[in-house]
Amino acid sequence: MIARSPHRTDTEVAFRTRGVTKVYQMGEVQVHALRGIDLELYKGEFVVLLGPSGSGKSTLLNILGGLDVPTSGTVNYEDHDLSTFREAVLTRYRREHVGFVFQFYNLIPSLTARENVALVTEIATNPMPPDEALALVNLSDRLDHFPAQLSGGEQQRVAIARAIAKRPDVLLCDEPTGALDISTGIVVLEALARVNRDLGTTTAVITHNVAIAGMADRVIRLSDGRIADIEINSSRQSPAELSW
Amino acid sequence: MRALHHKLWRDLWQLRGQSLAITAVLASGVACYLMFMSTLDSLLLSRDLYYSENRFAEIFVPIKRAPESVARRLRMIDGVDKVDTRVMAPLTIDIEGFREPVVGTVTSIPDHGEPLLNRLYLRAGRSIEQGHNDEIIISEAFAKAHAMNPGDRLGVIINGKRKQLRIVGTGGSPEFIHQLRPGGMFPDYERYGILWMGRTALANAYDMEGAFNYAVLTLTRDADEQGVIDRIDDILKPYGGIGAFAREYQPSHQFLAQELDQLENLSGLFPIIFLGVAAFLLHTVVTRLVSTQREQIAALKAFGYSNVSVSAHYLQLIMLIVLAGIVLGIAAGAWLGTLLSAIYVEYFRLPFLRFELHPLRIAQASVITIITGLLGTLAAVRAIARLKPAEAMRPVAPARYHTTLIEELGFQRLLSTPTRMILRNLGHKPVKSLMSILGIALAVGMLMTGRFQENTINYMMDVHYGLSQREDLAVGFSEATSRRALTELESLRGVDYGEPVRNVPARLRYQHREYRVYISAFEPGAIIKRLVDSDLNIVELPGDGIVLNDYLAREILHIESGQPLTVEILEGSMPIRQIPVTALIRQDLGVGAYMDLDALNRLIGDGDVISGAYLYIDEKYADEIYRHLKERPRVVGSVIRTQEIENFHRTMDESMLFWTFVATLFAVVIAVGVVYNSARITLTERSRELASLRVLGYTRGEISYILLGELALLTLVAMPPGLWFGRALCGYIASSIGNEMYRVPLVLEPATYAFAALVVLVASAVSALLVRRRLDALDLIEVLKTKD
Repeated sequence: MIARSPHRTDTEVAFRTRGVTKVYQMGEVQVHALRGIDLELYKGEFVVLLGPSGSGKSTLLNILGGLDVPTSGTVNYEDHDLSTFREAVLTRYRREHVGFVFQFYNLIPSLTARENVALVTEIATNPMPPDEALALVNLSDRLDHFPAQLSGGEQQRVAIARAIAKRPDVLLCDEPTGALDISTGIVVLEALARVNRDLGTTTAVITHNVAIAGMADRVIRLSDGRIADIEINSSRQSPAELSW
Repeated sequence: MRALHHKLWRDLWQLRGQSLAITAVLASGVACYLMFMSTLDSLLLSRDLYYSENRFAEIFVPIKRAPESVARRLRMIDGVDKVDTRVMAPLTIDIEGFREPVVGTVTSIPDHGEPLLNRLYLRAGRSIEQGHNDEIIISEAFAKAHAMNPGDRLGVIINGKRKQLRIVGTGGSPEFIHQLRPGGMFPDYERYGILWMGRTALANAYDMEGAFNYAVLTLTRDADEQGVIDRIDDILKPYGGIGAFAREYQPSHQFLAQELDQLENLSGLFPIIFLGVAAFLLHTVVTRLVSTQREQIAALKAFGYSNVSVSAHYLQLIMLIVLAGIVLGIAAGAWLGTLLSAIYVEYFRLPFLRFELHPLRIAQASVITIITGLLGTLAAVRAIARLKPAEAMRPVAPARYHTTLIEELGFQRLLSTPTRMILRNLGHKPVKSLMSILGIALAVGMLMTGRFQENTINYMMDVHYGLSQREDLAVGFSEATSRRALTELESLRGVDYGEPVRNVPARLRYQHREYRVYISAFEPGAIIKRLVDSDLNIVELPGDGIVLNDYLAREILHIESGQPLTVEILEGSMPIRQIPVTALIRQDLGVGAYMDLDALNRLIGDGDVISGAYLYIDEKYADEIYRHLKERPRVVGSVIRTQEIENFHRTMDESMLFWTFVATLFAVVIAVGVVYNSARITLTERSRELASLRVLGYTRGEISYILLGELALLTLVAMPPGLWFGRALCGYIASSIGNEMYRVPLVLEPATYAFAALVVLVASAVSALLVRRRLDALDLIEVLKTKD
């Protein structure tokens, strides 16, 4: 089913969640990470998820990324049912549609930048060449460097190149600048913005950093497992314009 | 310290799989050592107990015939303690319903009371009674082979005369623990019997009234053994003495001693392999543990725990694993020791076993194992002590990887990215990879030893009985006899062809070394009995001179071809001559000296005579031929080749099977220990990487390839050195167990290589699958949040 966005009527819905809850059993304590999330994410939009620790933003991202399943409620990506418990289905979903960028990059230390990207392009159906993906993040001169030979910002850009090389439909980023200084963080955010702009990849970024919200189409604030507020930016700032 | 103790137990529980694998390897080493040592100790103890309880003689004196009064002169010799005289006679035994000829040796015992030396133990029935001339005791093994019991009757021919005898008891004596018929290679309890009979009855039957033909002696504590032997030989020369000999040359004792020597030679080898592997495994596991617990170690130190107490904490963990290995090893060693001892007791036919697992052996094994544990973990524990708290709180710098040599050689394009990961991970820790390969290779090698015995023995049998000793039937006469005896044998229906042979006892001397052996003489151009050199070519008998087998020449006499050998014939006129050694031949079984028949007869000067014959017979007429042989009083022995081969297998099969079982078990423990540990450590090292890949869309199968591919590669790379090592190990075993009974050539069949490779592959696959299951439980969400 295709629904219309209230603010971007030309855009199709990518994700739709209804009544999503997530309860973790931590020893003898039940932790309610999500307490009923109803949300649509639209194709090609850039969303920033804000919220304090424990607000449920990571849990939501994990569920959208097919890494976790809700305790109750439904999650759909186009015609994929992500509330399923079937591991193989979720793996295929991740493989075909999702690009991940992690706070700690999670590069494979034994592979060069190019090979880290190739790791993903080798299993993708319609990937771009690894060199092209690395060019998109301005790393053409670092193709054969191992992670230990790269700075933090460069490692994160390799991770972004790895995430986008398969031309994913969605790019999910969990604190992508969390381990970086300001100037490096801006370079990384610019890479994300460029990918979103040039490839039209739906992008969701989790962050503590309120400043990043300026570059989003929409800013979704979570608090205590619920959506507290959704803010629509009338105009997106470029990362260089952000003030931290 | 109580909180640390909790941590200790929890760490151990966390590491239970790997700890168990290391414990198993350590336990195997301890078990292997204790198995060999307890068997050795128990056999020695049992043998010595048997010897002393039954008063086993120290000097053995075969002669032709001496009046009983001579015994007094023997007793007078300085250094002689006790002297016992007796009559010994060869005999033919007729067992109803058993078609083949059976021969035996009968030894006299006093008409009443026990012999002074070489006393009998009775297993069943009673001893003989005075005045009952037809009563005999037979050896337990012979009785068992024919299911004979006290009360049964037995027909025998002694000295050409038929007698009906009655079995009153079964038993044995230390003299005949190993019962080998003259001319036989291996014990044959069906066709060779040991009997005991009253002195009067046997003397009557063998024309030895008032005389003896065998004396046995013991010595006083400070006696000069060689001096006594020389004196005995002087006294008995007029009575046909053919040379007294010490216990070390007594066939049964010699056999036991050699087998026990071999057991001792092997007992050190395998435990060393296990302990080496265990040390390596401990090293890798503890090193990994310390690196994952860097922050904990730093925190402990920051709280004020001293280097000593933190190091002691990890040492306790190691020692718990080591102690578990020792305890398990002692239990397994005791169990395997009783199994192996039981096999040897059966093999040696010892009447009883006093199993002993000496506390000293347990102490030795424990100390060696603890030292191994400490050596294996020294580096890791030192790293703990060196770790500065502030330094340890910081994360470890990211590891620097490099492209591997294989990639640089231009094969990079052929390799997928996961394959490159495998290669670089292995290349990143070359020492660990090499040690894993070495460990797996050791397992492969050890497996080969399990089947090596069987391979080499089959080969030895093929060479010996296929190329050299090719008769269907070997017939021995009671004394040298004219060649007409051969013609008579050849005239029997079913005898296709015969060759003469003369075997005479002789003493061979070169420089200060000497050895007693039967010289075997036959005709040049013989086709049944042939001599074979080390390349399996046929060696022709020289007209003059003597041919020795290489073991006798090189290991015993230290003589080479072309040098003169002093030959003292211990029969007839007992001539002594210098005879050149003209060739050395290869012979894996027994020791032998060979001459041309005519040359030997000329040397002895008692005419053109023979002492036996080798025959080719037609199996159809075998029964008829055996019947004829039974009726010929002068025929005292006949060896049927196929049965000799069977005897050998019966002697060896059980112990070979046992060793194959033990070696396989131990090798699997090593293979699983190495592969499983390697897999677990790789898993902890790579779990973050692998989970990241799963997040990126890799399937379980695909990430399994990266983890298991590494193990598969290690295992495959270990195969060639493993097979090479196995060959070397078997070569070492072969070289260390050569003795006068047999030498072991290094023969390994392709199936043995395949078996070793296959078992290790399967063991590796199983261990890999155990770890594979853990991949399914990888926490994908955790890796997104944590820094390595």
